[in-house]
Amino acid sequence: MPTSYDIAIIGAGAVGTAIARELSRYQLRVVLLEAKADVGMGTTKANTAIWHTGFDAQPGTLEARLLRRSYPLLEAYVAQAGIPTERLGGLLVAWTEEQFRTLPSLLQRAHANGVTDVRILSAEEVYRLEPRLNHGAWGGLYVPGESLICPFTLPIAYATEALLNGVTLKLRFPVQAVHQGPEGHLLIGPQGQTVRARYLVNAAGLYSDEIDRMLGHHDFTVTPRRGELIVFDKFARSLINHIILPVPTPITKGVLISPTVYGNVLLGPTAEDLDDKTNTATSEQGLQSLLEKGQAILPALLQEEVTATYAGLRAATEHKDYQIRLHAAQRYVCVGGIRSTGVSASLGIAAYVAELLAEAGLPLRPKAHFKTFRMPNIGEAGPRPYRQDDLIAQNPDYGRIVCHCEKVTLGEILDAIHSPIPARTLDALRRRTRATQGRCQGFNCQAQVVDILAQETGQDPRFLLALEDDDPPVPRTLTHPAADEAKEDQP
Amino acid sequence: MTTQETDVLVVGAGPAGLSSAIALKRLGVDRVTVVDREPEPGGMPRLCHHTGFGLWDFHRLYSGPAYARRYVHQALTLGVEIRTETTIIGWEDGHTLAYTSPQGLGVLRARAILLATGVRERPRSARLVPGFRPRGIFTTGSLQRFVDQRHLPVGRRAVIVGAEGVSLSAFFTLHKAGVEVAAFLTEHPHHQMGFPYAPVKWLWVDLLRRTPIRTGVRISHIWGPKRVEGVEIVHQGSGRREFIPCDTVVFTGEWIPEHEVARQGGLVMDPGTRGPQVDGALRTSLPGVFAAGNLLRGAETAATSAQEGRLAAQRMAAFLEGQPWPAHRLPIQVEAPLLWVFPNSLAPEDLTTTQPLTFRTAQFVAKATVEVRQGKRLLHAQTYRRLVPNETLRLQGHWRPQVDPQGEELTLRVSG
Repeated sequence: MPTSYDIAIIGAGAVGTAIARELSRYQLRVVLLEAKADVGMGTTKANTAIWHTGFDAQPGTLEARLLRRSYPLLEAYVAQAGIPTERLGGLLVAWTEEQFRTLPSLLQRAHANGVTDVRILSAEEVYRLEPRLNHGAWGGLYVPGESLICPFTLPIAYATEALLNGVTLKLRFPVQAVHQGPEGHLLIGPQGQTVRARYLVNAAGLYSDEIDRMLGHHDFTVTPRRGELIVFDKFARSLINHIILPVPTPITKGVLISPTVYGNVLLGPTAEDLDDKTNTATSEQGLQSLLEKGQAILPALLQEEVTATYAGLRAATEHKDYQIRLHAAQRYVCVGGIRSTGVSASLGIAAYVAELLAEAGLPLRPKAHFKTFRMPNIGEAGPRPYRQDDLIAQNPDYGRIVCHCEKVTLGEILDAIHSPIPARTLDALRRRTRATQGRCQGFNCQAQVVDILAQETGQDPRFLLALEDDDPPVPRTLTHPAADEAKEDQP
Repeated sequence: MTTQETDVLVVGAGPAGLSSAIALKRLGVDRVTVVDREPEPGGMPRLCHHTGFGLWDFHRLYSGPAYARRYVHQALTLGVEIRTETTIIGWEDGHTLAYTSPQGLGVLRARAILLATGVRERPRSARLVPGFRPRGIFTTGSLQRFVDQRHLPVGRRAVIVGAEGVSLSAFFTLHKAGVEVAAFLTEHPHHQMGFPYAPVKWLWVDLLRRTPIRTGVRISHIWGPKRVEGVEIVHQGSGRREFIPCDTVVFTGEWIPEHEVARQGGLVMDPGTRGPQVDGALRTSLPGVFAAGNLLRGAETAATSAQEGRLAAQRMAAFLEGQPWPAHRLPIQVEAPLLWVFPNSLAPEDLTTTQPLTFRTAQFVAKATVEVRQGKRLLHAQTYRRLVPNETLRLQGHWRPQVDPQGEELTLRVSG
């Protein structure tokens, strides 16, 4: 017999985990289903890591509305949960007279979107803020609210709070079919496993159109839009003080240069429509075009070493707006087409989806207690364990550095492996601690990190190194023993 | 937070740092402290489980780990303090370094500091090799740690990017791990396994394993979403692309000095070597701060690093006895295709000797004349049968006394 839930959410990216956390406030049995082995593995993990104000969104769209709604919610949340952020502000630079002439309309658009603290800068003011920019800037638009955020920590934080408040998380549970009956939805997963739920939320990102079709809708098609990015060495961090934005076009926000909360500098993204939802490879042309753009904007950047390159896929559709739809009769909400603003809009989307579900008849009775959780800090703006004498005195492992480039200690690695949503893969450990993400890319610590992970989790290193597939992949169900009102879930 | 005073603080317990500490003790310096971020002192030779170490320094052959142990033992016997798992996290001032360790935070204040933090190999990402980011991508250093230090599985079939001395080291490590080597890949028109590697290469690569060395090719894509499934290479002349199936890629060579501490201290860096700029006495731009070993330029042998450590020790001892720091020195720049020159600046006292310099090239050049100029003035021209990348070449130094100490910067270039 399949376990029965009030509501199932498909997809544990920034949006799906935010919805799960939002719904965990209420007296509901919630299950969060994720096809991959960890949360935050799709568009959420490979983007520009910027917390957008939505100043440049199309006014009147749902995207603009939810970005605006999300901003203050996220402001409160990142403070409570310890999500690494840096409130640097964005500086949109006009490099041609034509671009300079569009600044007043961008200012108006920002005002229409409720972002009222933006202002137009002269070229002199631009260079006062960013003296190392290449010459030739006509002026700029200063957007104080644009900020850096850690897109790795955020979905883990949402999912952890959801778990603590009774949500069941099923990893490696790709939904293969959805059957509808009088009892609600029957979701077919791998190896004949099933989940029954009265209500369904589709937050499957790149695959949201495919899930939508399983429910009989043909409202949109997701076209993966690849964005390639280059991460420069931490020595480049002192070159800029703000997020350097280009003047946006209808297709893309364009190539930006931004610090990261880890103290690096990002250059990207490209924008290229593909038809393969798994093609997260970088390309020769993509990287070359980024270097040319970087050279044109901030020549000194290219003097530093590159630390990493990566590519992410945004869930673009043929529409210009989010595709969030309530199908009340089906007790189904589709949350598709979130493109490139999922991290920033996540809490606005979650609140909106809860309202839609209530509209469809889902009773939202708040729980007496809601548990919160504070995440370990992996950002450079906050205190890192290796610099905390009191922490090291309590546990010397916080003074025992394993990853020298990122100064990740053994204590942090062990914490991540034994956290409520444990790191069981190298990638999961990397996103929780930054270990092996630094300038040497594992020259020094990769072997030790594999060794620690294998020993602590009892996994064969051959699986960790993908030398052998542990096929067929077995879904993994996570619940938190301390969660209130959590019913035991036995698959 | 603890504070400790010492006479000389050495950062890095590899061949350069340890040999320097030993020599300092022998020169009568009282307190010598060596810090290293690793749990074990000894530096890179600890990872090189093959023979070939020690002939210069100890007149017998050792494996890397045995060679490292010998230096550690000597240092400890002479009363050098070695602190492992101690990572420098910043400078308090020009004589004081802050560290973190399992025993907590602290500062070390020294009358002189030697930076000997070594090198790393440039990883795949920094070489901007496109493609997926699967498991199975190594550098020689990470590979050696997998195989010799941790006994972890590697793969079945590998390509080695690079065809120089260190690439041979990767070849033997893969062999030991039971991994077949599909090919060496090099962008250059010839391999660079010359003296003293040529006989080893001939016996193992050519004769016994019959491993192809693919020259004039560049790796243009790595395939495989989870595990490496193969690499695409481009032939530089024709642009022809070819797929080589493999599950492992090892990037070898392309050394980058581990210069984090040096740059945090604001030392003047040399654009060629990417290490701190030093004069012939291994003095950096910051009074009291010396540098030695492969931090200065990647990468020479352990013996060369150790010898440099001993030279630094003599100069540090002289500095502790009051020898003044030169107020002015002349940098030597290199022009492409030359990669670096060493030393990369000359203090006035360096102009009284005729010691040779060393340099490297980034590309093969046949029948090259290398010239030294001060401004427009030609000081020296020397002809080489050919310049080979990844090989250190010697440049005569008899021209040094002709340098005008108040004149313009020096330039080293290939003429014509």
